[in-house]
Amino acid sequence: MITIVDYNAGNLRSVKRACDAVGIESLFTQDADAVAKADKIIFPGVGHARTAMDTLQRTGLADAVRHAYQRGTPILGICLGAQLLLDSSEEGATQGFGFIPGRTRLFRVEDRSLKIPHMGWNTVVVEQAHPLLSTLRPGDELYFVHSYYLDPSDAHHVYATTEHGLRFCVALGKDNLFATQFHPEKSGPVGLGLLARFASWDGSPC
Amino acid sequence: MLSKRVIACLDVRDGKLAKSVKFVDTKDIGDPVQKAKQYYEDGLDELVFYDITASSDNRSIMIDVVERVASQIFIPFSVGGGVRSVEDASRLRLAGAEKINVNSAAVKDPELIRRCSDAIGAQSVVLSMDVLRVTPSAAIASGYEIVINGGRTNTGLDALQWALRGQELGAGELVVNSIDADGTREGYELKLTRMIADAVRIPVIASGGAGMPEHLYDVLTEGRADAALVASMVHYGHYRVPELKAYLASRGLKIRTVPTVARARAPID
Repeated sequence: MITIVDYNAGNLRSVKRACDAVGIESLFTQDADAVAKADKIIFPGVGHARTAMDTLQRTGLADAVRHAYQRGTPILGICLGAQLLLDSSEEGATQGFGFIPGRTRLFRVEDRSLKIPHMGWNTVVVEQAHPLLSTLRPGDELYFVHSYYLDPSDAHHVYATTEHGLRFCVALGKDNLFATQFHPEKSGPVGLGLLARFASWDGSPC
Repeated sequence: MLSKRVIACLDVRDGKLAKSVKFVDTKDIGDPVQKAKQYYEDGLDELVFYDITASSDNRSIMIDVVERVASQIFIPFSVGGGVRSVEDASRLRLAGAEKINVNSAAVKDPELIRRCSDAIGAQSVVLSMDVLRVTPSAAIASGYEIVINGGRTNTGLDALQWALRGQELGAGELVVNSIDADGTREGYELKLTRMIADAVRIPVIASGGAGMPEHLYDVLTEGRADAALVASMVHYGHYRVPELKAYLASRGLKIRTVPTVARARAPID
């Protein structure tokens, strides 16, 4: 059973539907206790970093996610749910969880032909093998929509990258934590494949 | 580098698929959910549903269509037509639409764009504009005017200025639909698309006039569009999505290749 953290993040139901489609049992909850005790957690997110973090703190969900991480629960962060795992975000000068060193930065691209938000399908390059990325093939594209990008300070935590004006991290991981900037729930069969892998992942990075 | 997107637009009236030609005389051509599913399996990049239901009594049918689509289709899709308030936008978003399209209602009340953007995020707000070619004047210097109510009402707004205003108000993407080209199958309005795509920083989806694969290539290159909207050319089976994408890729564009659905269930080794 996968527990999806419900903090009014826009893509909650999409994540649930994608889990349903690949036969993964999931539920969403706002209950901090349920999150702290969950077998497996998806931490989704679309929206503003500051608003999201405030909600997570106020509801006790932030502490629950922290607790779950420390006890080794496999966690999959998606989009904003990935960005908040770093130390901080430039969006609203927000403090993140700090599970992984680094920060979330605003795209500052000189080339005016490069559109912001980075919206659409882009090729993901696997930089380090990881159980959740094992079904990806060279050239696979996943769906992105974001104006801020992940910038972990240690390359050791970077599992995949893409390129949009610069090459940046789109999948980061540490221990039982894995997170993607792209949206597996909106990335067709390739994305659903990643979710299916998460359902059977034991939380070990290799 | 982002791939150029191929997007199919499905006009929905009273929960059924319809395709308008020059915005008059629509005829039903099937179940939108079934059609959407076929396109998804064919490797389409994105979908747009336009609710052209005349009676507001039947609007709730659209929510049902959106929910059914969202449970079977795992690519982004947007919904437009009749979005007049933040409540309308939030309802569609909650039903599973990735983005909502505003059009006429935003012309009448531009702040609607800002309110929607604040409520559901700029990335989820698409400003869709219907554009008519006119003689350039002091008020409409670009020679392109915004029209509303399905092309029947002129607004006096310059399309270029409206695009910039929409971006400033918080739209995350633009659909530029040429009324002149719509339904002709003679190609997109390249000059219009390029003018707007060059002026804004947000992605531009070209709409109206697609009849052949070459038209898509032209608007994605010369027209500088980020995505090309197709309708009748795929709805009536003249072309299939994989065929269009293979053509664009063969001309050197970066296009997402189509993996088989079976890969979603890849077993753990």
